[in-house]
Amino acid sequence: MLIDWFTVGAQVLNFLVLVALMKRFLYVPILHAIDAREARVAAALADAAADKAEAKAQRDEFQRKNEELAQQSAALLSQARDAAQAERQRLREETWQAVAALRAKHREALRHEARHLGQALARRTQDEVFAIARKALLDLGSTSLEERICEVFIRRLHELDDQAKRALGEALKTATVPPLVRSACELPADQRAAIQRALAGMFAADIHLRFEMAPELISGIELTTHGHKLAWSIADYLAALEKAVTELLDERATPESTPESTPESTPESTPESTSP
Amino acid sequence: MRLSPDEMIFWQHGFFKLNATIVFTWGLMVVLVIGSALVTRRLASGMHRSRWQNFLEIVVSAIRKQIGDVGLRQPERYLGFLGTLFLFIAAASLCTILPGYEPPTGSLSTTAALALCVLVAVPLFGIEEQGLGGYLKSYLEPTLIMLPFHLISEVSRTLALAIRLFGNMMSGTMIIGILLTITPFLFPMVMTTLGLLTGMVQAYIFSVLATVYIAAAIGSRQPPCEPAT
Repeated sequence: MLIDWFTVGAQVLNFLVLVALMKRFLYVPILHAIDAREARVAAALADAAADKAEAKAQRDEFQRKNEELAQQSAALLSQARDAAQAERQRLREETWQAVAALRAKHREALRHEARHLGQALARRTQDEVFAIARKALLDLGSTSLEERICEVFIRRLHELDDQAKRALGEALKTATVPPLVRSACELPADQRAAIQRALAGMFAADIHLRFEMAPELISGIELTTHGHKLAWSIADYLAALEKAVTELLDERATPESTPESTPESTPESTPESTSP
Repeated sequence: MRLSPDEMIFWQHGFFKLNATIVFTWGLMVVLVIGSALVTRRLASGMHRSRWQNFLEIVVSAIRKQIGDVGLRQPERYLGFLGTLFLFIAAASLCTILPGYEPPTGSLSTTAALALCVLVAVPLFGIEEQGLGGYLKSYLEPTLIMLPFHLISEVSRTLALAIRLFGNMMSGTMIIGILLTITPFLFPMVMTTLGLLTGMVQAYIFSVLATVYIAAAIGSRQPPCEPAT
């Protein structure tokens, strides 16, 4: 008989015991270890996924900040460019204003110089003309210039029209103070008397005059009374001469004051080109 | 010549006896349990683990995967029974390389005991899964006429399990014994190697058939579970 039933029973029992022992010492611990490892791997994978997500979020944040920074940089650059442009425009305008101011100052200086020059020229011309006239009058009629001036003044008195004469007569009559006669030079007594006689003759009255020296009259003579004035002097002629000289200087100064606006005219304003 | 290690009796007292089958079975049990206890005494759940732990994890994982591949949805529930079947038969076959060793599976008593265990375990798992009524109802499907055939199938497949394993293991041992008397060196070595392969194949067949029977008993409607990682 190949089957021993006691052995069969014993083997069944042995097998059941072996199943229990193997469960206790093999399957349960091994499965627990595998499950624990899988849990750790799953946790590590979850951590890695979380880290990856966080890294992605940080990367996105970094990219966003980078783009914002680039935009801010571009905006700042644009602002700086605009500011530089504005500053450049401002500086240019300031420069133009400074140039204009300098040009105006230069022009004013030229004008001032021309005026001074004109005054000096007028003074010199006056002196020269006075000297020439005096010499010429002395040479011609051995009469001093003052005498001729006085004569001319008296003739002007006589040549006054009727309306002017009436006005002057009213002024002389209503004057509370004696009329004032101002002249560039000290008038001799006979000339003073001549003027007084001429006035007395014209207005049939005894007129007392005051005489005073006024060099600014430029070889002239002036009668002032109660707001009325009658005068003659070389100043009128000198004024005409001064005007002509001033115009001449202005014509010369104008090309020199605007060299940058008309650069092609610069050679014409140079002394070499203007001096014949 | 002995056909079975049952005939090698070390001690007997009436009905009780201590033969080579039981002794070698105890020896295998000691080796398996103590070896498992030694390895699983210090288990590491981290990435670094010992070679023996790695080996046992591979073995257990492979058995669990095989059970799942057959169609059982929760392999861990059947791992103790089916895994022990495989490991016991495989260990009994592997130890044939030891001189003086007689595999207990070469005893019809052992294979019959294992087949009886399967015969009992199959309805137990079926009843556990479907309930007593559901399991008994499966014998009447598709018609009542199939009841005798189901019963015959239960008995015949149990016999087939026992005799197939016994025949393969006993024949291998006997062939080696006969060849040792004819050609002492070369052929026994080749046949021993072949016996190792045969023993592993038989262990696989026995445990897979038991798995299939259990899967059939608990209902074949369950889809195959996902392979265990």
